[in-house]
Amino acid sequence: MFNVTLSSSVPCVNPLPPENVKARADSQTKELGHCTKVSRNVNLEKLKNGYLFPEISIRELQHFEKHPSAKLISLGIGDTTVPIPELITSHMSNYARGLSTAAGYRGYGLEQGNEILRKAIADTFYKNLKVKSNEVFVSDGAQSDISRLQLLLGSNVTIAVQDPTFPAYIDSGVIIGQTNHYSEATQKYQNVVYMPCGPKSNFFPNLAMTPRTDVIFFCSPNNPTGYAASRKQLQQLVDFAKSNGSIIVFDSAYAAFIKDDSPRSIFEIPGAREVAIEISSFSKFAGFTGVRLGWTVIPEKLSYSNGFPVINDFRRIVTTTFNGASNIVQAGGLACLSSAGLKDLRAVINYYKENVKILVDTFASAGFNVYGGENAPYLWVHFPGSKSWDVFAEILENTHITTVPGSGFGPGGEEYLRISGFGHRENILEASKRLQSFFNRGKQHFHLNGSSTSQELN
Amino acid sequence: MTLTHQLSSSMLSSSSSSFFAPLNLHPGTRNASLPVTKRVSTCKCVATPQEQIAYKTNVSRNSNMSKLQAGYLFPEIARRRGAHLQKYPDAQIISLGIGDTTEPIPEVITAAMAKRAYDLSTLEGYSGYGAEQGEKPLRAAIAKTYYSGLGIGEEDIFVSDGAKCDISRLQILFGSNITIAVQDPSYPAYVDSGVIMGQTGQFNTDVQKYGNIEYMRCNPENGFFPDLSSVGRTDVIFFCSPNNPTGASATREQLTQLVQFAKKNGSIIVYDSAYAMYISDDNPRSIFEIPGAEEVAIETSSFSKYAGFTGVRLGWTVVPKQLLFSDGFPVAKDFNRIVCTCFNGASNLSQAGGLACLSPEGLEAMQKVIGFYKENTEIIIETFTSLGYSVYGGRNAPYVWVHFPGRSSWDMFAEILEKTHVVTTPGSGFGPGGEGFVRVSAFGHRENILEACRRFKQLLSK
Repeated sequence: MFNVTLSSSVPCVNPLPPENVKARADSQTKELGHCTKVSRNVNLEKLKNGYLFPEISIRELQHFEKHPSAKLISLGIGDTTVPIPELITSHMSNYARGLSTAAGYRGYGLEQGNEILRKAIADTFYKNLKVKSNEVFVSDGAQSDISRLQLLLGSNVTIAVQDPTFPAYIDSGVIIGQTNHYSEATQKYQNVVYMPCGPKSNFFPNLAMTPRTDVIFFCSPNNPTGYAASRKQLQQLVDFAKSNGSIIVFDSAYAAFIKDDSPRSIFEIPGAREVAIEISSFSKFAGFTGVRLGWTVIPEKLSYSNGFPVINDFRRIVTTTFNGASNIVQAGGLACLSSAGLKDLRAVINYYKENVKILVDTFASAGFNVYGGENAPYLWVHFPGSKSWDVFAEILENTHITTVPGSGFGPGGEEYLRISGFGHRENILEASKRLQSFFNRGKQHFHLNGSSTSQELN
Repeated sequence: MTLTHQLSSSMLSSSSSSFFAPLNLHPGTRNASLPVTKRVSTCKCVATPQEQIAYKTNVSRNSNMSKLQAGYLFPEIARRRGAHLQKYPDAQIISLGIGDTTEPIPEVITAAMAKRAYDLSTLEGYSGYGAEQGEKPLRAAIAKTYYSGLGIGEEDIFVSDGAKCDISRLQILFGSNITIAVQDPSYPAYVDSGVIMGQTGQFNTDVQKYGNIEYMRCNPENGFFPDLSSVGRTDVIFFCSPNNPTGASATREQLTQLVQFAKKNGSIIVYDSAYAMYISDDNPRSIFEIPGAEEVAIETSSFSKYAGFTGVRLGWTVVPKQLLFSDGFPVAKDFNRIVCTCFNGASNLSQAGGLACLSPEGLEAMQKVIGFYKENTEIIIETFTSLGYSVYGGRNAPYVWVHFPGRSSWDMFAEILEKTHVVTTPGSGFGPGGEGFVRVSAFGHRENILEACRRFKQLLSK
């Protein structure tokens, strides 16, 4: 019996790297049985490994199998742990029960989402920002929205991503055919512009050095670095997009964690309505990671080069490849956005922010440079000179704590670890204790602050 | 205090009035003042206010999207219904168009969803991210309920938020370089998702077909099963049985032909079995009842029409481990990657409902509701038959496919709507093979079905 937030996201098929499976297939052709004559999608062949987070799950499972009595603590996958406030779940319960009554039964909803919910989203998050309810598209979450946006944009657009970045933007781009092959040398997919975001550049890309792409994916507060872009920076981004005729896909899923006056929405920036799409989610804000609810905003005036409104095509995508978020879940979303719901959720967010503070203190007091943490549920910790998967493995092995290696988010993440602040307080405190003890023992192989005096003891 | 203040501790800056002037002025328009001269001037330069040209990005529209003809079919039907209501605000419109379920969900199922919702507010019951492929107990229950003895295990099942979403995820899996065949008529999502993915050529208005799609005609003359000897090879064959819109249910013999055809051609069948529980006779409920199907077929299905989950959103797709691409790579492995990258699992609440659906009590309750809709179907069949029309489907599906020879289906749709205030779906919305037919769906409260049929009898006598 162990106290762990193990993600149950275990792939159902043995996740061998593609080369191994092909080699095995070649050597066992006779035993394989019927092969269809359908060629594998070359875009899927380009994908380097499994998606990052299931890979972390696999490592957790392997570790657990090796150390079955270890109390594994997950600071890896950003999975929420605090129960959803009862005000919200009771709303969903009531709605579900209502579906058994003649008066309360509902069939197909609008694919774009319940109108009252869309209005509530517009009013809650975009008050005074001129976002209309018909510009809001309710979804089953940002991950699905990102792929639907990629379907919309098609294979012939070029994309830019921050480096490091949430992997779904790139992976979905590979899948849809926007990229060329992965280069082991550079750790990048060719034909994608990677915009380095590190401490030296104040976690904002050097736009003067950034080539034009059709689409720019930008996440703020950032996953994984935790950095929230300033108003000035986002104005630069919008101006850059405008002068290049690009479209920004702005991911604001962590806006609720912002503490200072960094913008919570790209639409706070003048001119953004002509260049930006915004995606967001109830996952981290309301603990809806399993419940599944999010939204996308497409301004009416956002146009393709031929003047055709992007929103019209997205509406077509949504009505053709989707059938709306679950009605029970949308009822929950509406409850989230009531004033009492928001108040309850604010308490949960503060709880996670307290967790983050504890973890920031843990790493900082051990002498590490820690970034993020202020405006996001993630810390971004620097291990100069070390490979992030090695640090990940060493911490897992010695403290039974999972994190996420920075290179999983792109080459710009090498030497960093992402630590997530989601978790039960007692686990966070226990994790903090173990980490402190591990660092104090000084047996780790990674260096602190790039100092040449290694704390390694043999 | 605004809601936004409750969310964050700082002021949101309001979108200011500052607005960047358009960088490109339309040639020929410029600010200029009239020359001050006594001569009569033929100068055409006049002072004009700077035109507010709408800003356009430099991003090209996805050319696949521009191939699509108008909107997706069912929102179009909804639009027509809305327009009709505007015209006749007092009309008692009855919707037998979009196949939307109407009967409440059995309590054993909603109670499970209500309980799961409540549990999410407790420490012991809270769960965050679930497995993208679905919760194990549900996958096991689906395998046991629908695929017992058919060589399909829980590991082959991928739970989803519905068949429509699964169809596009399958299309994303296949990519743009494959060819597809569809029945004609067929559920429009297969074709439309194929267009969006870039698998097709332009729409040819003469024949009402997209280029590069193999349309397999299904009509009364061929028993609504395509003549496979005249079907060209494609990589993927979409096949729906019981069929939407025709209601035809393929026999074991027909499906054996289909599987053999796919095997011979090295094709993959995407078999849509969303209406399988409506089958009255002993036609196969799953493609996997056919020997060899596990090497050539994917099956997709849904709780929508079984459990009234059209709004709740739950379905599944079966990708057998034996299904391989031409290089031997397992299709399931790529589908798993798609599911993990482009999706994050069906809602845990819907899945709790799905599990309850598949309990003995839940199955019994679903059968009752399905039985109710089947009775509706019989009433509709009887009505049109007694009016002298040729009627198809209905026996194994909640759809009745009515033949109106010599009439354009959109005209027939409009006439029925105008005369009886009943919404149906014009057959040509499902492909050129649907011309001359109208689909009447049997979802509705009994009194509405009876009223609709009364109006049909009164106003549509031949």
